[in-house]
Amino acid sequence: MASRQMTTQEATPELEAAAERARSRRGFRIALPSFAYLVIFFVLPLLLVLVYSFASRSSTGLTLLEDWNLDSYGRLFTPLVGEIFLRSLVLALSTTAICLVVCYPFAYYIATRGPTLRNVLLVLVMIPFWSNFLVRTYAWSFILGSDGIASQISQAFGGEPVRLLFTNTAVLIGMVYGFMPFMVLPLYAAIERLDWSLVEAARDLYASGWTAFRKVTLPLSMPGVIAGSILVFIPALGAYVTPAILGGARTTLIGDYIVGQFLSARNWPFGSALSISIMFLMLIATLIYFRSGARNV
Amino acid sequence: MSDQRTPRGPVNRLLAANAWLVYIFFYAPIALLIFFSFNDNENVSIFTEPSLRWYRAMLEDDRILSALRNSLIVAFASTIISTILGTMLAIALERYRFRGRGLLDGIAYMPIIIPDVTMGVMLLIFFFQAIGLIDDLFGIGLRTGLGTITLAHVAFNISFVAVVVRARLAQFDDALEEAAADLYATRWQTFRRVTLPLIAPGVAGGALLALTLSLDDVVVTQFVSGQGATTLPVYVFGLIRRGVTPLINAVSVVMLVASMLLVAISLGLQRTRSKGDEEEPDVPLTPQQQGA
Repeated sequence: MASRQMTTQEATPELEAAAERARSRRGFRIALPSFAYLVIFFVLPLLLVLVYSFASRSSTGLTLLEDWNLDSYGRLFTPLVGEIFLRSLVLALSTTAICLVVCYPFAYYIATRGPTLRNVLLVLVMIPFWSNFLVRTYAWSFILGSDGIASQISQAFGGEPVRLLFTNTAVLIGMVYGFMPFMVLPLYAAIERLDWSLVEAARDLYASGWTAFRKVTLPLSMPGVIAGSILVFIPALGAYVTPAILGGARTTLIGDYIVGQFLSARNWPFGSALSISIMFLMLIATLIYFRSGARNV
Repeated sequence: MSDQRTPRGPVNRLLAANAWLVYIFFYAPIALLIFFSFNDNENVSIFTEPSLRWYRAMLEDDRILSALRNSLIVAFASTIISTILGTMLAIALERYRFRGRGLLDGIAYMPIIIPDVTMGVMLLIFFFQAIGLIDDLFGIGLRTGLGTITLAHVAFNISFVAVVVRARLAQFDDALEEAAADLYATRWQTFRRVTLPLIAPGVAGGALLALTLSLDDVVVTQFVSGQGATTLPVYVFGLIRRGVTPLINAVSVVMLVASMLLVAISLGLQRTRSKGDEEEPDVPLTPQQQGA
């Protein structure tokens, strides 16, 4: 599209260059409204968070922008915050690991069906997961509650009543449920695109099914594994709705903690520093994603 | 389909069993919620007899109805704005080269990647500062409400619309557009008669996605709504945090069914293909961190 043809026969280099410039200006004009919108309502707010993270909080909860300092960042290294970060990291990593173990065979199953069935199976994954996140999470609180379905089933089999709601286990179940599609789709794309003749070659050379999988299929689908893991890890780390509904008061995670700084504790500088630090963690994850070439999936 | 592709014997049966379990995991909570929403009992988890009691209660609840009205206003306004802006963005990025294109390309995808909590924090600070500034400069005392919620929803929806429309634009090259230009169509005519009809399924799919995301958003809305202007998901979120009630079940089912319908239509439109496209199934856009 860059080398757009001139309609006249005698297109001189000057004319072509002028046409190219005109086209470039037109492209810029078409992009301008959304560019401006994103600068005002996304880039500027992002910079404001950065500025606020260096500000200080007055005794009445107002933010003082006059003297910049690193106090809010210093607070990130206190034991309480460290514990919250660690808990969130462990939970996000567990969510990612469970999703990976369950979704790899699942994606493999979908990718190895015929084209029609494959499409149906994919749509069946997409529909629940594009639908209302809040409600889907709520459905679990209703299952995991003290007189919920999970407990009733346990009692029906002669077990103790179980109340999983408001525990970390409940949050883990909710996050696995909520973020699974981020894992399924890249894995599916990677496996579906695989060069199956290589697997065939391995089998022809007397590799067992398992060896062929381990030495050929798995390495070839690695970009999907990395992409899926990062796509689950990032939202799991910043999760707010799931812990707010399924988690307990004693198990604060980064997401709740940040929201608390803004909506109840009124410590905007500290909340901003927390936001910047999780954005930084996510930036690292995204860089790994681009470095690994997984974006081509 | 080569022999190596489809595993046979016990491996295939294990894979199939795993797939069944995953689908049960996906759909069982939804099915249970729908089933219990028709329960007459005050106690959520003991089923006595089927009734529409809680649906009737929902329709008589003024706060729910006013939150619903707010949700619809915000969703339609933000969908219209973000569909226009997002489509323009997709065309500019996919069809033109210009200075700053690389930068714009990067910025355009950030609202999809960034978690809701950080997006909410950013916009809360931004509106707080902006409203203060407008008050200082012009003496106009603005407040957060439906206006700020709409502006915030447009900020994340532009990116989603752009991704969907761009995927559609990438499916055909600009040969048809060039042919129209060669036949002396003006640029506007080319857009109206050639480009727009071709990308229409993408634009409609993107618009429905924007509508769904706007109707579902809790976190960003909670940050920018201020006093008095609550959307349905934010109101329901507040109710849920106070405890499980049969009324929430009914409202939830309505929200769930509405969003599932929108998603199904959106997916159908995104998969609409022009003749001659290959049969290869494609993976639709990766879902974003809904409510993450």
